[in-house]
Amino acid sequence: MSDISTRSASDLDLIAAAKRIGPIALREMRLAFAMLAPTILIVLAIVLIPLAANFWISVKPIGLAELRAAAPLVRERERGTLEAVGDTITVEYRVRSSSPSEPVTEVVIFDTLPPGLEPVETAPECVLTGAEIRCELSILEPKIQTRLNFAFTATQAYFDTGAPRLRDSDPTASGESDNVLTNFEFTLDNFAKVFDADEFWEVLWVSFVYTLGGTLGALILGLFAAQLMMTNFAGRGIMRGLFLFPYVSPVIAVAFTWVFLLDPFSGTVNAILTSTNVTSETINFLGQRGNALATVIAFEAWRYFPLAFLFILARMQSLAADLYEAAEMDGATPFQMFLHISLPQLIGIMSTLFLLRFIWTFNKFDDIFLLTGGASGTRTFTVNVYEQAFAISNLGAGAAVAVCIFFILAGFVTLYFKYGPKEEGM
Amino acid sequence: MRGAVMDKRAFALGGGLGLLWGFINAVVFGVAVTLIFGTSATLTGGAAALAGLAATLVWMLLDGKGAVSAFDKRRLAISVLTFAIVLSLATFFSPLGFALGDRPLGALLTLAALGGATVAAVACCFGQAGWRGLRRYKFELVLIRTLKGFGFVFFSAIVVFPFYAMLMTSFKKQSELLANPLDYSINLSQGFAELFSSYIELFMDFNFGRFILISALVSVITVLLTLAASIPGAYAIARLRFPGRTAFSRSILLIYMVPAIVLVIPLYAVFSQLGLRDSLLGLVIVYPATTIPVALYMLQGYFRGLPAELEEAGLMDGCTRLGVIWRITMPLSLPAIASVALYVFMIAWNEFLFAFMFLDSPENFTLSRGVVSLNSSEVPRQHLMAGAVIVTVPVLVIFLWFERFLVTGLTAGSVKG
Repeated sequence: MSDISTRSASDLDLIAAAKRIGPIALREMRLAFAMLAPTILIVLAIVLIPLAANFWISVKPIGLAELRAAAPLVRERERGTLEAVGDTITVEYRVRSSSPSEPVTEVVIFDTLPPGLEPVETAPECVLTGAEIRCELSILEPKIQTRLNFAFTATQAYFDTGAPRLRDSDPTASGESDNVLTNFEFTLDNFAKVFDADEFWEVLWVSFVYTLGGTLGALILGLFAAQLMMTNFAGRGIMRGLFLFPYVSPVIAVAFTWVFLLDPFSGTVNAILTSTNVTSETINFLGQRGNALATVIAFEAWRYFPLAFLFILARMQSLAADLYEAAEMDGATPFQMFLHISLPQLIGIMSTLFLLRFIWTFNKFDDIFLLTGGASGTRTFTVNVYEQAFAISNLGAGAAVAVCIFFILAGFVTLYFKYGPKEEGM
Repeated sequence: MRGAVMDKRAFALGGGLGLLWGFINAVVFGVAVTLIFGTSATLTGGAAALAGLAATLVWMLLDGKGAVSAFDKRRLAISVLTFAIVLSLATFFSPLGFALGDRPLGALLTLAALGGATVAAVACCFGQAGWRGLRRYKFELVLIRTLKGFGFVFFSAIVVFPFYAMLMTSFKKQSELLANPLDYSINLSQGFAELFSSYIELFMDFNFGRFILISALVSVITVLLTLAASIPGAYAIARLRFPGRTAFSRSILLIYMVPAIVLVIPLYAVFSQLGLRDSLLGLVIVYPATTIPVALYMLQGYFRGLPAELEEAGLMDGCTRLGVIWRITMPLSLPAIASVALYVFMIAWNEFLFAFMFLDSPENFTLSRGVVSLNSSEVPRQHLMAGAVIVTVPVLVIFLWFERFLVTGLTAGSVKG
C-alpha cells in the first residue's frame, strides 16, 4: 500500500536524490501519492483525457452513426430440401459491410456443415476442409453485397445423424475496419461550420446575457433573502429550509413544473394573469423570443438564489455586532448602516460568489435544455454542443463547440484566479 | 410647527403602507383561495388598497397622543371595521366577488381577517412605538420593515407555489387540469385508489419501482466509491508533505469548473465503442469522477481543522499512517463524512445529464431518466408531475432530516450546482 510500483518508486528516488529528501520524507511522499492515486486516476480518465479528446474529435469528420465500427454482416440462405439420398441443396452466404460508408477489410467467414454432405459447387473464395467452410475476402466495399454460393448432395451418413438442418450452425464473420475515432483523417469543416453560421454570434450573445442575468438575479435575490433571515422570529429554521428547496430539488422535477405552470394554453400562471386582468392575452413565456430568454434567466435566479443566500447569511452572521451599535450611537440610519457597514463586508463573498456562479451558470446545460430545448432564442454554448452533436448528429461539430467553451472558460478561470479570493477555504 | 410637518409625512407614509398592504393582502388572499379551494375569489386589488388606506388613516388618527398602544384592541377593531366598510362600498357590496347577502357570515369573517391582516401589517411596519415621532432613522426603519414583510410574502410565494402545484397536479385528472388550470382542489371523497391513480399507474405500468431501486443503487455505489477515493486523498492533501501539494489542492477547484456537457461527447464516443454506454456500470464510473473532487475539497478542509497532536500521539504509539486514519481521523470526522456522503447521494440521485445521454433501454433507467421518458404528448401531465414528486420527495426528506449537516457541508465545500 505504501508503494505504488517499482518504476514510479525509482522515479521518486531520483526526485528525492535531486532535492536531498531524507528517507522518512520519501516514504511520506510515496504514501501521499498512493493515497491520491485513485482520485488522480479517475479524474484523469473521466475528466482530463475526455477534455483533451474533444480537441481530437473536433478536427475529425465523425457523426453519430459512424461511432460503431464497420463490421461484416453475413446471412445464410438455403434453397431446396434434403429428403432422400442424392438430393441437392444450394446454400448462399450474403456478406456486406454494416456501415454505409466504410469498407471492411480482411474479412473471414466461418461455418460448419452437418456431416454427410458432398460438395458439388464451392465458391472460389472459400475452402472446404471436412465439415468446415472458411472464406476469405480481401475487401468488402460499402453498399455492395457479395454472394458466396455452395451446393451439396446428401449421402446416407447425413440421414444417419438425424438429418440436422444446415441453418442450425450460424456463420460467423470477422473483419477489420478503420476506427473513425483513431484513424488519421482530419478536417477543419467542424470549426468552419461552427464559426460560419450566423448563429455563432447569437449563441455568444445569448450565453452572455443568460450567464450575466442568471448570476446577478441569483445574487440579488440571495442578498435580499439573507436580509430577511437576520430578523429573529418563530419558524425561522423552517423558513430557511424552505428557501433552500429550489436548490436541492432535482432539476427535472422543478423544470417540468415550471414548464407546466407557464404553459400558454393551460398553465396556471397565465390563468392567474388573465383572470386578474393583468394581461388580456396569454403570454407565451417559453415559446417566444425574448420572453423565453427572460424566463430561463428567472428560472436560473430562482433555482440558485438559495446558494447565494446561504453564503451571504453565513457571512452576515459572523459580522461583529458592536460596529452596528457604535454606528447607531453616532446617529447612523438603517440604510446608512447597510450601505456603509454591511455591504463593504459582504463585497468579498459577493464577488467570489459572482465569479463562481458566473462560471457555473455559463456551464449550465440541464436547465435550458429542459425548459426550452434551446429553442426561441435561448441556445447557449452548452445547449449548442448537444444540438450539434446529438440533434444534428455531428459529433465533430459538437466537439468543436466544446473546444470553444473550453477556451472561454479558460479565460474566466484565469480571471478567477487572478482576481478571485485569495483566502483558503473558499 | 415642525411636528405638524412631520405628521404630514407620517400620514403620507402611513397612507402608502395602507395602500400597499391592502393590495398585497388582497392579491395573496385571492390567489391563495383560488389555488387551494378551486373557487375563484375575485378580489379587486384597487378597492382593497383603498380600504387599506382608509383603515390605516383611521388607525393613525385613533392614536391618542401616544397614550394608546399601537396594538390596542379597540383601535384595531375600529380600523378593521373601516376596512370592511370601505371595501364593501367600493365594490358595491360584493367585496369578494359575490353579494354580501349570499354568504354573510363567511364574507364578514373573511373581511375581518383581511382587514386585520392589513392593519396588523401596517402596525408592525411602524413598530411597537407607533407612528409618531417620525425622523429619518425611523422612516428608514419602517421602510426596511415594509421591504422585509414584502420579502417574506414574495419568497414564500415563489418557493411554495411551484412545489404545491407539482404535488396537487399529480392528484388531478387530465380533463380537470385542462378545464380549469386554477383549480388545485382535490376531492378527498373519491377514495385512495382514485386519488393516487397516477402513482399507482407509474408503479404498475411504468416500472417506477425498478427505477427507484436503480437510482438508490447507483447513488449508494457512487457514495461508497467517492468516500473510498476521497478520504485517503483528502488526508494526503491535508496532512502529508509531498511536492506539488499546493498545486494539487488548487487544481481540485479547476475540476469544479469543467462543464459536464463538454465531457459528454468524448465519453459518449468511447463508451459506445466499449459497450459501456447503455449500462449502469458506465454511470457508476462517471458519477464518482464528478463527485470525488467536491468530496475531497470538503473533507480536506475538515481534516485540516482537526488537531494534529492526536494523530502524532497515535503514530508515536506505533500506529501506521493508515491505522491512524482508520482509528483516529475517521472517527473524529464522522459528521463531515456523513454530510459529504449525504451530499454526494443527493448529487447522484438528482443527476440528469449523463443518465439522459447514456441510458437508452428502460431496464437501465434511473429515476430521473424515467421521469424524462414521461415527457411526451402520450403521457398525461399528472403522471409526469407524480414522477416529479417521486423523485423529489426522497431528496427533500433527506435534506430536511439532516438539514444542519448539509447546510454546513454546503457552505464548507462551496458546492457545485
